[in-house]
Amino acid sequence: MSLLSLRQMKTDIGQYSVLHDVTFDVPEGGVFVLLGRNGAGKTTTLRSIMGLWQPSPGSVLFRGEDITALHTAQIARKGIAYVPENMGIFGTLTVDENLVLATANGRFDPARLKRIHALFPALEKFRDKQAWSLSGGQKQMLSVARAIIEPRDLILIDEPTKGLAPSIVAAMGEAFREISADTTILLVEQNYNFARSLGRDMAVIDDGRVAHTGSMESFAADKALQDRLLSLSV
Amino acid sequence: MRRLTTTLETTLGRFGGVNLLPVAVALVAFVLIGAPSSWLTLTVAGLAMGMMLFLMASGLSLVFGLMDVLNFGHSAFVSFGAFVSATVLAGMGAWLTADSWVLNSLALAASYLAAICFGLVAGWFFETVIIKPVYRDHLRQILITIGAMIVAEQAILAFWGGTPFSVARPHFLEGSWIIGDVSIEIYRAFAFTLGAAVFVMLFFVLNRTRIGLLIRAGVEDREMVEALGFRVDRLFIGVFMLGSALAALGGAMWAGYETLITPHMGAELMIVVFIVVIIGGLGSIEGTLLGAIMVGLMSNYIGFLAPKLALASNMILMVAILLWRPNGLRPAVK
Ligand SMILES: Nc1ncnc2c1ncn2[C@@H]1O[C@H](COP(=O)(O)OP(=O)(O)OP(=O)(O)O)[C@@H](O)[C@H]1O
Ligand SMILES: [Mg+2]
Repeated sequence: MSLLSLRQMKTDIGQYSVLHDVTFDVPEGGVFVLLGRNGAGKTTTLRSIMGLWQPSPGSVLFRGEDITALHTAQIARKGIAYVPENMGIFGTLTVDENLVLATANGRFDPARLKRIHALFPALEKFRDKQAWSLSGGQKQMLSVARAIIEPRDLILIDEPTKGLAPSIVAAMGEAFREISADTTILLVEQNYNFARSLGRDMAVIDDGRVAHTGSMESFAADKALQDRLLSLSV
Repeated sequence: MRRLTTTLETTLGRFGGVNLLPVAVALVAFVLIGAPSSWLTLTVAGLAMGMMLFLMASGLSLVFGLMDVLNFGHSAFVSFGAFVSATVLAGMGAWLTADSWVLNSLALAASYLAAICFGLVAGWFFETVIIKPVYRDHLRQILITIGAMIVAEQAILAFWGGTPFSVARPHFLEGSWIIGDVSIEIYRAFAFTLGAAVFVMLFFVLNRTRIGLLIRAGVEDREMVEALGFRVDRLFIGVFMLGSALAALGGAMWAGYETLITPHMGAELMIVVFIVVIIGGLGSIEGTLLGAIMVGLMSNYIGFLAPKLALASNMILMVAILLWRPNGLRPAVK
């Protein structure tokens, strides 16, 4: 059984029909990459999984359970974390306060905090700083850290490398590799090389429809397919 | 103009930022007024008024910040708080006039408690019945909450009648302290102290407790708080009830300050309360306090210096501050 299954998801935003038919399965373990051009519907797909938009018809199954109609908070409590495109940092809260809010009972598990500080040393150095004053890369780290401060089964991450310097992108890649050892990641990426280096399975979404699913390896080998779906060469 | 504002900005930043604005206003007023004793009286009056406005406005600011809800009916809680507490005070006349400050304060506390309880219950009712069906729809919020305010005003009219209701003051808060040629009304000092205590409590809750962190986070990004597993809608009911209770307490204190109240008092205060919230910056109680103190001080100073301008002074203050800082003095979101 796959960890997450999307079934014929159709999502409207206001009067616009954004997703027409999104169906794919995310197996447990590793990094699953969701690719697609700007405006294809990647963010909308993640938001529909999180219950921030309501797909209708269509369904979201998590470990076989239908979570489509649940409230966002209930979906989160099932073990799904969300790192949104805008990072969703609470700027007037400190780094530590941002993290502690994401814990289940208001206390840090020392081992997990240590692991996070090892992955992202800046978050230890600036732990009492107000989060608005962090750099873009540090904010992204905080957003990812918030998603793993508690054990989760699935993390949805939306374009984490947007606007980051290459060295930070590399560090982020390392972190994802380590996180994905025990947590499944559904990663939306525009940075194709970054996605290719991490992904095991993948799907491409185009104009609100899934245009391709398969392994990263075979997609990487098929230049014609890449050109058609992502226009990478343009 | 740009140069001027940036110089102002850096100078203020060096000495504690916009928090010092009231001090600057008070200093300018000191020079303009000339007479230290009048200045002190006006300043105390301004601070007391500011604290009461803060109580009335803080809930409105948080409610807007957290759920984007525009509640034009907020002033109903102010009016009801005033009338409920005045009624309780009228019923406890004997304790109120007794020459024992213990009985006096018990009567006063009972009247405030009644206002607060009324605010909590009415807030719960208002949120569930009137606000909940119109989440995310500003036009309907405006229409239905203005409607609710009119209904509330009429209900007060029906229940307490249209003639101004006179409010009894506890004996120990009557009169003034005279120090040299300075006279300070005791009730004003009391209103300031009580308001400040409530602010400190609110500040502590918002900054040092988990619920408080959730509220502040929710003001910044409601969806993200939900994506972390919290029901902001449930949190919101609590915040709404608290805000209504604070408004009712503010109304109760205002009643004792004015000593004569009418069913229109809420509607009259509403504009000032909105100005406070807007110049303070939506969603932050520090901002609301700052806005309230500024409005309180300016109203009193201008009322003394240029009585003809008194009515317009709040509007002028708002326009000036918004030109300088379009999101208010201390907005909740950076
Ligand atoms: N709040 C909204 N209101 C109206 N239309 C929206 C809204 N959000 C997204 N859309 C539309 O839905 C479509 C898909 O948007 P989405 O954000 O899911 O794309 P995306 O694949 O994440 O793109 P990008 O790579 O640029 O982030 C776009 O055409 C967009 O204009
Ligand atoms: Mg997107």
